[in-house]
Amino acid sequence: MSGIETMGSEATGPRMRVTLTVNGADHDIQLDPRTTLLDALREHLGLTGTKVGCNHGTCGACTVHIDGRRQLSCLMLAAAAAGSAITTIEGLAGADGAPHPMQAAFVAHDALQCGYCTPGQIMSAVACVAEGHAGSDDEIREYMSGNLCRCAAYPNIVAAVREVAGSTMAEAA
Amino acid sequence: MKAAAFDYIRPETLGAAITLLSKHGPDAKLIAGGQSLLPALNLRLSAPGLLIDIGRLAELRDITLADRTLHIGAGCTHAHVMNHPIVQRHAPLIARALTEVAHPAIRARGTFGGSLANADPAAELPACALALDAVMHAQGPEGPRRIPAAHFFTSLFETALAPDEVLTGVDIPIQGDTQWGFAELARRTGDYAMVGLAAVARPGTIRLGWFSVGQTAILAHRAAAILTEGGPLEAACTALADDLPAHDDPQASAAMRLHLARVLLRRVVGAWGER
Repeated sequence: MSGIETMGSEATGPRMRVTLTVNGADHDIQLDPRTTLLDALREHLGLTGTKVGCNHGTCGACTVHIDGRRQLSCLMLAAAAAGSAITTIEGLAGADGAPHPMQAAFVAHDALQCGYCTPGQIMSAVACVAEGHAGSDDEIREYMSGNLCRCAAYPNIVAAVREVAGSTMAEAA
Repeated sequence: MKAAAFDYIRPETLGAAITLLSKHGPDAKLIAGGQSLLPALNLRLSAPGLLIDIGRLAELRDITLADRTLHIGAGCTHAHVMNHPIVQRHAPLIARALTEVAHPAIRARGTFGGSLANADPAAELPACALALDAVMHAQGPEGPRRIPAAHFFTSLFETALAPDEVLTGVDIPIQGDTQWGFAELARRTGDYAMVGLAAVARPGTIRLGWFSVGQTAILAHRAAAILTEGGPLEAACTALADDLPAHDDPQASAAMRLHLARVLLRRVVGAWGER
C-alpha cells in the first residue's frame, strides 16, 4: 500500500491524497504534488517545529527522521514520504512529556542562541549518536557539519552531543 | 520559489517505470533520492510534467560480488554504499569518495545511480566510475544494455542514456593489486570541489579521473600514460596542461585550477611511492 491516491488532472491545487505517518499518527491530507514534506508538515499539519532555512538542502534546519534516518524535509516530496515513518522534533519527547535526553543536553549546555536551527540540530544529533558517529569531538563536528548555526553555538552543540553519546555508551557497556 | 506543476507517480516495478517513461517521453523525469532534482525543480531549472519515482524499487538496491565484479544497484543510497562491507573491502575508492558527498542527511537519501545519471561535472562518483573503468547497466523498452563509463558522460548533465532508459546499476571490475587514491579541494566540508581526483592503479594501467575541471568528469590520458610507463611524477604534472580543459569559473581561474590539480596529483600518486 503506497498511501497515495491521485484525485484529478487540474494543473494545480490539492490533487493528491496522501497518508503521512508522523510521530506515530496517520494523517490523510490532500495536497499539490509539488508540496515538499517540509511544507506539508508546517502548513498542512501545523507542525512548525521543523524550520524552513535555506529550502535547498544546505543548512539542515528542516532535518527530520525518515524510517529512523536523518533526512532533509525540504528535499523530499510529501508524496514520496507516504508509507514511511516520519519523526519530527515534536515527536522526540517521551510518552510522559519529558524532554528527550538530547533536548535536555542542549538546554544544559546552552547549545543555542536564537534557536532557529535547534530543531534540526537536535534531530541530526540524535541520529549522529544512533549512527555511532559521536566517538570524538572531531567526529561529532564532521557528522554534524550539515547543520549550520548562524549564531555559532557550535562548541556548546558539540558538548551536548558528546554528553549524550557518553551516557549512551555507558549504558551499552 | 516553488516547482512548476507536475504529476507524481510511484510505480511498483522497474518495468512499469520504463513503460511510463516510454509513454510520456521527454515530459517525464525519473526521481530517486531527489537530492539534486528537488533544488533544480524548485529553482525551475527543470520543469517536467511528470515525475516517476523509482526511489523505492527493491530490484535496484542489490550490492553483490561475483566473478571479480562488484555490482552496485542504482537505487542504493550513498550511506548504504559507503557503509557496505563489500564496497569498503573491494572498492575503497568509492567508500572514501562518498565521505565527501554533501552531508549525512543528504547521503541518507541521495542514490548512487542518481548521482551518475545526473552527470554533474563537479560530482565525485562520475570521476570514480571513470577511474575504476566501471560499466553502466541501462534498461529500456528494448531490454538491457551495457555502457562503459568512458562513453557514458557525454556533456554537461548529459549521458549516453536514451530518454526511455533507466540506469539500473554499475559493474566495477575488482583487481587484487589495485592502488587507489582520492583527493579534492573544496572551501568547506560538503561543498562541491574546485578540483578533484579519483586515481586507480592496476597492473599495466593507471587511470586518473578528474572532476570539477570542465563540462564532464574526464580521464587524464597523457598524464596517466606517463605514470603507467614509470615516468616521473613531475612529467605527469606537466602533461595535465594538455589533459585538462582550460576551465574558468567563479570558483577558480584555469591557471589556479591547473595548479591545484597538480597539487592533488602529487599528493595522491606521491603517496603511492611511499607505500
